[in-house]
Amino acid sequence: MFTRILTFLIIVAIIGCVMYGRKIIKTEKVNAVFGNPERAKGGTHWIIVGSSFILLTWIYYSWDIAKSFYPQSANELCQVGKINDSLLALKYLFPIEERESKTASIIKIENKNLDKFAFEVKNSNKISDQNKIFLLGLIEKTKKIIPLLTNESLLDNQTKIKISELTSRIDQLSKEFQKNDYPYETIDQKNKRLKEAQEEGEWGASGSAIENTVEIPNIPKTDKGLKFHTAAKDLQIISDEFFKLNNHNFQYKSAVQVINDEIKKFENEINTDQEITSTFVKDILQIIARIDYASIFPPNSLKDFEESIINFEKVQKNEQGSLIWIDIFLFPAGTIVSSGLSCSEQGTGRWLPKLSDTFYNFILLLKPSVGYKGIPLLWYEMMDASKIVGFILPDWIADIIPGKYPVYNENGTVEPNFKSKTLAVVSGQFSLFKIPIPMGHIWDSFLRVFLGLVLGIIFGVPLGLFMGLNRFAKGFFDPLIELYRPVPPLAWAPLIISVLGIDNLGKIFLLFMVSFSIMIISARAGASGTQLSKIHASHSLGASNWQILRYVIFPNSLPEILTGVRVSIGMCWGTLVAAEFLAGTTGIGFVENVAKKYFQYEVIWISIFLMGVLGLIFDVTLRKIIDKTIPWRGKG
Amino acid sequence: MSDLISNDLNMIFKSPNGGVVHALKDIKFTLKKGQLLTVLGPSGCGKTTLLNIIAGFIRPTSGQITLNGNEINGPGVERGMVFQQGALFEWLTVNENVNFGLRMKKEDPVITAQKVEEWLNIVGLQGFGSTPTYQLSGGMQQRVALARCLINNPDLILMDEPLGALDALTREKMQHLILKIWNETGKTIILITHSVEEALLLGEKLYVMAPRPGRIHKEYNLPFASMGLKEDLRNIKNLKDFTSKREEILNMIWDMEEEIMGKDN
Repeated sequence: MFTRILTFLIIVAIIGCVMYGRKIIKTEKVNAVFGNPERAKGGTHWIIVGSSFILLTWIYYSWDIAKSFYPQSANELCQVGKINDSLLALKYLFPIEERESKTASIIKIENKNLDKFAFEVKNSNKISDQNKIFLLGLIEKTKKIIPLLTNESLLDNQTKIKISELTSRIDQLSKEFQKNDYPYETIDQKNKRLKEAQEEGEWGASGSAIENTVEIPNIPKTDKGLKFHTAAKDLQIISDEFFKLNNHNFQYKSAVQVINDEIKKFENEINTDQEITSTFVKDILQIIARIDYASIFPPNSLKDFEESIINFEKVQKNEQGSLIWIDIFLFPAGTIVSSGLSCSEQGTGRWLPKLSDTFYNFILLLKPSVGYKGIPLLWYEMMDASKIVGFILPDWIADIIPGKYPVYNENGTVEPNFKSKTLAVVSGQFSLFKIPIPMGHIWDSFLRVFLGLVLGIIFGVPLGLFMGLNRFAKGFFDPLIELYRPVPPLAWAPLIISVLGIDNLGKIFLLFMVSFSIMIISARAGASGTQLSKIHASHSLGASNWQILRYVIFPNSLPEILTGVRVSIGMCWGTLVAAEFLAGTTGIGFVENVAKKYFQYEVIWISIFLMGVLGLIFDVTLRKIIDKTIPWRGKG
Repeated sequence: MSDLISNDLNMIFKSPNGGVVHALKDIKFTLKKGQLLTVLGPSGCGKTTLLNIIAGFIRPTSGQITLNGNEINGPGVERGMVFQQGALFEWLTVNENVNFGLRMKKEDPVITAQKVEEWLNIVGLQGFGSTPTYQLSGGMQQRVALARCLINNPDLILMDEPLGALDALTREKMQHLILKIWNETGKTIILITHSVEEALLLGEKLYVMAPRPGRIHKEYNLPFASMGLKEDLRNIKNLKDFTSKREEILNMIWDMEEEIMGKDN
């Protein structure tokens, strides 16, 4: 429903905006000459067309349009897929969808292989003459068994009868298939089937769990689907029966027996170069096995059978009716394929999640009770304020109180004293009022970036200013920073994560390293870029060194510092997501990494989208801050 | 003794490629309190170096310079400076720029605010107090710079081509303002300029400096500055005495420039 309305709106928007755009072009009297940047200004309607186009491409290639307009089509196509799956082996046998029949290609390849062996044996100087004669004889005999299979007159009568029986069964199926009430299901059967189908669920993500893996319902929901489903079952039986017939007539069997006997006899003799000869023997035996397995029949014996398969294909395609057109137009770049027991999307629909599914999954992820891996995306939890008190007050306050911590007494209990009570307070083991604290994957990622960045600013900016103004500081710290800065942050990640742990500490330190060097460089550039005349002026106005640093050099370097902050945020964000990929139990990068393991494409796309939006929010916020705090930038 | 006395001032720069530049050689002069000195000379004659030494931004190689009997060995509040481009703090408003010196001295903000108001009136910027300086025109920025310097009540005002970047009309107004302030406050002023006219108009005393080594080539005592207080500046420019002096100095500088070119070639 959601997608249907959206599709309609998109098409209306595109048509409307294109018409509006054309109208504007026609009515605009003063059109600037080509090359004038004025020509590119405005054009909100083209923005709408552009974004509608992206959305349309998305819902089209994710097969969301098919899903919303023809919700049963996937289930029906699944049944069609079952027929294709059943006919697959038979179709390969005949050149129905291939250029060459399988039998022809096997005969060609094995004859070639035998010729190659014969050539190799003849020219080998490692094989004794006696063995050469033996091997060449073997090859010759093997070559002669193929005609035994393709000879029309040698074909068993029994096999002939069986083939014509299978042929008539397919013809019968074709006839039945065209009837409206095929496969003559009773009402009870129908009710049972529909109930089962209902239980199996609908196409796409379910509304109750993210880990739902049933993509396409397998049980036929419609009468049309049932037709294909039943026919596929029958065809599977016919196909299996056919491949059991292998045209092994008496002459063929005895010829193979002769070869086997000869080999056995050879193996009992002791030969000097047995090893190399027996390798050839093994290869020849493999060829015989392949010929044995391949269903090789005389060229004209299967003509009727092939024709009835082709006929069934025609009937089947006819019966699909409008489904073929839905498949072609609404399932672009792929289709629904059945293999074994289940059907799956193969093509863009597989990795491009449907807009509606993604939307439902996103809503589900947002629910604090569901979340991802037990942690909500963004929610709050009630935390006792005493934890904050315990965090702020250091524990050694209790240690310095005179006296000793209580020990157990004769009653087998421990009586608290003043010292232990103080310890409980300073370590936060008491209850105060509760306050809400944000939590969840998004909050964790945000907090890591924020803390890494703030630490980087707190340490980086003063050191950077100092380095910009002082020769000692520059010389002393420069080697250290220049040594670690060019290393990609992710190269540090394995080391830092293994030393500081996979939890917050390691990631915050990694991000601190990223922002620290950027902040140092930008603050340094800001400090050393201060105009000398401003420094001179402030000296003449009686400012002390500290005052010059605080009131002149610092504000003067603010534009550089804030640009540095902006760069840092981008770098930190990128590094964080990758670090969360490596290890961790929370964060958006973690969500994506886990979703990858379970092929939850919807979740992968949601996390990609969230990362983009959060990055954008960071950047826009910072741009606002920059505009507010340094309006003089570029105007001084 | 509130004079500026320079005694055999020498300044030698070592260039990175090992050469030696004699920027100032045996500069010797005395400037009485309340005098307005203009310094003129071709580029590279050491005008700005001299000014920086007086301001205390750099130390002379030899010789000494005293103000009110105290040797100058560092920047100080008693010597205010006005720069060519204003060197205003663009992150501050006009008010904050002007009261910067007083704020650094941690003076009473109420009195400071009054003083700022006064000085903005004097330089003709009443009502612009809360404007950010980057929104001001070049002439207005120089007025702010002037007020910022004067509010500290320095004994000596150093101006390094303060009007160099202004258009002709604004320049004339500013010249008038400088004369007015000089007259009203009685400050000693040293003004460096490229413009011969400006040097003649404003200077009670005028030094023409010569390059290589930088030295005082010729010294003039001029009447035009005191005339300019009463008369229109443009009338003065048409006086015969003024034009002949202008030609004389222009020729002098022209010769110096030619000499440099000759030396170079």
